[in-house]
Amino acid sequence: MIRVVLPQHLRTLARVSGEVQLDVADPVTQRSVLDALEVRYPMLQGTIRDHVTQQRRAFLRFFACEEDLSHESPDALLPEAVVSGSEPFLIIGAIAGG
Amino acid sequence: MSSVRVLVGTRKGAFILSSDGKREKWDVSGPHFTGWEMYHLKASPADPNRIYASQSSGWFGQMIQRSNDGGKTWEAVSNKFVYDGVPGTHQWYDGTPHPWEFKRVWHLEPSLTDPDTVYAGIEDAALFRTTDGGQNWHELPGLRRHGSGPHWQPGAGGMCLHTIILDPSDPLRMFIAISAAGAFRTDDGGVTWKPINKGLYSQYIPNPTAEVGHCVHHIAMNPSRPGVLFMQKHWDVMRSDDAGDQWREISGNLPTDFGFAIDVHSHEPETVYVVPIKSDSEHFVHDAKLRVFRSKSGGNEWEPLTKGLPQENCYVNVLRDAMAVDKLDSCGVYFGTTGGQVYASNDAGDSWNAIVHDLPAVLSVETQTLP
Repeated sequence: MIRVVLPQHLRTLARVSGEVQLDVADPVTQRSVLDALEVRYPMLQGTIRDHVTQQRRAFLRFFACEEDLSHESPDALLPEAVVSGSEPFLIIGAIAGG
Repeated sequence: MSSVRVLVGTRKGAFILSSDGKREKWDVSGPHFTGWEMYHLKASPADPNRIYASQSSGWFGQMIQRSNDGGKTWEAVSNKFVYDGVPGTHQWYDGTPHPWEFKRVWHLEPSLTDPDTVYAGIEDAALFRTTDGGQNWHELPGLRRHGSGPHWQPGAGGMCLHTIILDPSDPLRMFIAISAAGAFRTDDGGVTWKPINKGLYSQYIPNPTAEVGHCVHHIAMNPSRPGVLFMQKHWDVMRSDDAGDQWREISGNLPTDFGFAIDVHSHEPETVYVVPIKSDSEHFVHDAKLRVFRSKSGGNEWEPLTKGLPQENCYVNVLRDAMAVDKLDSCGVYFGTTGGQVYASNDAGDSWNAIVHDLPAVLSVETQTLP
């Protein structure tokens, strides 16, 4: 089970509290996790990735295991600790603006 | 007894202000969508419980929210706005070609007859429509593919399609306005469009009388006289008596003719309201006094309305979609400021009261007159 932590505004939008847990088939990548997230919560489509380009929105970052994965390929495998569920995949709003 | 709902979009959430027909005591509901920029909320004329809202964020992009119970509860509908075909380019601020990129929805205009049909004006400027209550949005590409499209250029606030007016006497006719391309009209339901900017004079563009390129800030119409349009341009207040084919200036004795908001009395189609703003480089009210100016003669002769409004040390702006009228008798007039006040007049502007003082900066104000 993949654990995903959403920023507060997206938790509100998706009407969830705390972590989201997702079944994601191998290979577990940013793309497959986000695909599964958007299937479960369609209202999140377009809020993390651009609808057309599928690129990460500029003011969001992806972290896991104390590493910034934002600039990794969306098809790169996520760390084993995320795959096993011992560590969450974090989607974080950049500290910018007001 | 009739009642009024005022739908307020702010920089950090939405608020719904409700009152009975006297419009003296108000209930305030909100914030809804806390922390999000709420560019616009508007209710369906065909179903007063159906309200649409444009919710936007620099982090998370665009959402469209829909309420089926008058704003008590909301559901997110589709936020997918994809330009039809290959988007192409418009002009950037420096005159170079720049690809069309979706940024946000500035204005939502529900159909006059069908609660599921809504038009959306977006940045970068284009017109979209849903016919299924917001589940799917499709561009009406004829506007952006008007031959002038590649020459449109953003105004200081972005290249936004901010005004959509539906003609109640002709379901195929619609007016829109874009900063800084100008005003356009369709007479065939949005398939083809013509620029309607004759008579506009903009000294800040290379050809001051160009067919397109004018920074139109807002247009208003009284539904009983859909051929008469009133415009607040970047500078100049204008009027057309032939559905935009020709405009003439009606700034008259206004202390400054720069501004954003403009609206028309619900029952007196020659009574017009504007809020003059000092200049394009000083976006606050003139002389540090918050004054609505009213013309009862369709323009040119304007009177300041000040009763209940601050007349010293006031430095707020009133944005283009932040003024509205209700349909009661006498006509209620409402506007919101960048200082977070929403003022209401229940006597057509003769006197004003602040419904709320301390909201986030107000982006939009719309009303519903309920039976």
